[in-house]
Amino acid sequence: MNFNATLIGQSITFMVFVWFCMRFVWPPIMSALTQRKEKIAEGLAAADRGRHEQELAQKKAAEKLHEAKQQAAEIISRAEKRAAEIIEESKNDAREEGERLIAAAQAEISQEMNRARETLRGKVVEIATAGAGRILKRELDATANDELIKDLVAQI
Amino acid sequence: MAAAPESSAEYIKHHLTNLTFGHTEHGWGFAHSAAEAAEMGFWSINVDSMLFSFVLGALFLWGFRKAAKTATAGVPGAWQNFVEWVVEFIDESVRGSFTGKSALVAPLALTIFIWIFLMNLMDLIPVDWLPWVAGALGVGHLKVVASTDPNVTFGMSLTVFALVLYYSFKFKGAGGFFGELAFQPFPKFLAPLNLILEGVTLIAKPVSLSLRLFGNMYAGEMIFILIALMYGGGLLLGTFGGLLQLGWAIFHILIITLQAFIFMTLTIVYLDMASQEHH
Repeated sequence: MNFNATLIGQSITFMVFVWFCMRFVWPPIMSALTQRKEKIAEGLAAADRGRHEQELAQKKAAEKLHEAKQQAAEIISRAEKRAAEIIEESKNDAREEGERLIAAAQAEISQEMNRARETLRGKVVEIATAGAGRILKRELDATANDELIKDLVAQI
Repeated sequence: MAAAPESSAEYIKHHLTNLTFGHTEHGWGFAHSAAEAAEMGFWSINVDSMLFSFVLGALFLWGFRKAAKTATAGVPGAWQNFVEWVVEFIDESVRGSFTGKSALVAPLALTIFIWIFLMNLMDLIPVDWLPWVAGALGVGHLKVVASTDPNVTFGMSLTVFALVLYYSFKFKGAGGFFGELAFQPFPKFLAPLNLILEGVTLIAKPVSLSLRLFGNMYAGEMIFILIALMYGGGLLLGTFGGLLQLGWAIFHILIITLQAFIFMTLTIVYLDMASQEHH
């Protein structure tokens, strides 16, 4: 174990290497590491933000869906109500129409009846006059007896 | 690669000798033995230690610089990912132990950790491979593990020690630093005693820092060499040696990482103590 100038040589080499390391090796690596750390922190923050936004959007979508469902239900119920109303209305219409038809038919019937009665009455008058004419053949003045017979007929 | 032509002692000695370049009585040249290297005195240099430590350090800086240049905040590649992982680990260690604010401490810790780890890692290469290649190229000695050279470990720990002194003066001032050395743990009138105690504590820092690393790596390397000796002892002993080497290498992975980590952590702690007011 003998000491010689290697001691000095090694010391100088050591100092130069340390200087080089301090000047050219350490700072760039450290700065890259710090930058990456920042980048990762940013990324994590962005991911958090994204997740938060997604949650919000989901909540919003759920709300919209709920609203739409409510609206749809409302529309359906309104439509059902309207349909019931329409049915009710048409039922009423139909009933009224029916009643009207019945009334018209009855009116016609009574009209026909009147007419038939008139005709019948005419015929009865004729028959009566004819009958009476035959019965009272000669003596009877047609015109004097007409009044009598008309009265008779009106009583029918 | 057995120790057939030489004795075991020579084999071990050969492996523990640095390739030293210096001035001998024949002029400038490489030392042929440890004794000759010692004769060269202080102004000689262990070429192998310098070469391996420099190449490994440069490899570290090149690799990390490559990652640093392309480092983006985007998705990292495999290498960048690894580098970032290491850098974050070091950064956390520094944040946990060093309470002050300094742009130097973290890169210093990174350099220490990776560089020492790489130098220690050379220990896992079978002890004979690189020296054999060097021998084939005509180089007599080659010590592959730079951290088994006390010059290397002391070179680093003394630099750290210089930083400790610098931080002490910078943050506490000369008076504060002296006060810390002289006025505790005993009352002021025992200042000389305090100075001796605290002085020893202070000096012990770089010495223990480098000797711990050196001792661990030297011992580990020595065990590898001893195991390698068994390859010359026949088939049975050689097979047993192979198993031993595998086991020791696996265990050594823990040691080399741990030693690098301890050197780094203690450096941080010493610098933290230097930059803090205690009382």
